[in-house]
Amino acid sequence: MSEEQIKSTRAEETRSLEEQFEARIARDEKIEPKDWMPEKYRQTHIRQISQHAHSEIVGMLPEGNWITRAPSLRRKVALLAKVQDEAGHGLYLYSACETLGISRDELYEQLHSGKAKYSSIFNYPTVTWADMGAIGWLVDGAAIINQVPLCSTSFGPYARAMVRVCKEESFHQRQGYEIMLKLCNGAPEQKEMAQDALNRWWWPSLMMFGPTDAESTHTEQSMKWKLKRKTNDELRQQFIDQTVPQADILGLTIPDPDLKWNEERQSYDFGEIDWDEFWQVVKGHGPMNKARMKARVGAWERGEWVRDAAMAHAEKQQERKEKEAV
Amino acid sequence: MSNKKNWPLWEVFVRSKNGLEHRHFGSLHAADAEMALENARDVYTRRNEGVSIWVVESKHITASNPEHNGELFEPAQDKVYRHPTFYDLPDEVKHM
Ligand SMILES: [Fe+2]
Ligand SMILES: [Fe+2]
Repeated sequence: MSEEQIKSTRAEETRSLEEQFEARIARDEKIEPKDWMPEKYRQTHIRQISQHAHSEIVGMLPEGNWITRAPSLRRKVALLAKVQDEAGHGLYLYSACETLGISRDELYEQLHSGKAKYSSIFNYPTVTWADMGAIGWLVDGAAIINQVPLCSTSFGPYARAMVRVCKEESFHQRQGYEIMLKLCNGAPEQKEMAQDALNRWWWPSLMMFGPTDAESTHTEQSMKWKLKRKTNDELRQQFIDQTVPQADILGLTIPDPDLKWNEERQSYDFGEIDWDEFWQVVKGHGPMNKARMKARVGAWERGEWVRDAAMAHAEKQQERKEKEAV
Repeated sequence: MSNKKNWPLWEVFVRSKNGLEHRHFGSLHAADAEMALENARDVYTRRNEGVSIWVVESKHITASNPEHNGELFEPAQDKVYRHPTFYDLPDEVKHM
């Protein structure tokens, strides 16, 4: 065979492997780490799973800000447990991502250098206690809507991690809503605080579902690989429709003058999202982008001597054991 | 980045209650086995998911290669005589 022939046979083999691969996913079979997969599948999953993991990790920062200032012990243990869960989510996801052949160190490096993205929502500041309520209610609420469909995604380790994550999320949302409820039933100043938090978190929460379908680039591929089941706009609509009645129960006003029930669509119509703001924050110009990365990188660097000492200790212990065994 | 060695990867297996087998739960990084156990407790059993944990350094696991699944598992496929339904018995024979 000539070199040309060998090349074309190889290309054909890859094509047929790819067809078999897509057929497996279409049959709802799971893909496991050691299975053959197209390079694009591997790269797309590394990108999405690591972005997701980074979001869980950076997502601890805005709430960590209030742990020491929680208004009661009940609120403090709940917030602490929630933030600890988010660390757990990050760890499940990092280890799922590592099965694709990338190391934890590379993943951290991508986050710390700014090469990897995380959810833009965490680049907004948490200025009052009511923000803990709004984040649990809205941000975790939006995250649940994004995450539930991923429990049946095609890549096994990702799907299994998401099942664990989703089980834990509902407490997050409920504890947030309870905070809002308490504030709304409190003094006028407390209710005002709750309204102010809703005003600031509403639009960024809607942006969590990503650009509109018309702007979104890889929807079709993501649908095929079951990284997506519904489009960004469909998920956003679902979030709005389920959240508006919850705001009504709180007696709060959604900060959107165009929000109106559409009898025909059996859905809420809503106003224009400020996509310029969205892209500004994505590009690193949000109010807290720099502070978040500084806190994250700082924690990592300050912990270096601890990690090194633990490793040195482990090696010493191992050596001693080996010597004693002789 | 530190040029020292990174914490190795460990696989975590959890028995959710007595009577059930240990099941693979995921993995984590730790400097040694003791730390791996402690971290596994915090990462994988925050809500009473387990009564026993095993950790094993990932490098000690030998895994079969899915590309060899044919030679490995196909020989079992044509051995229908390993299944009870292969044997013809009259309907009158009960409980067998
Ligand atoms: Fe989470
Ligand atoms: Fe959460």
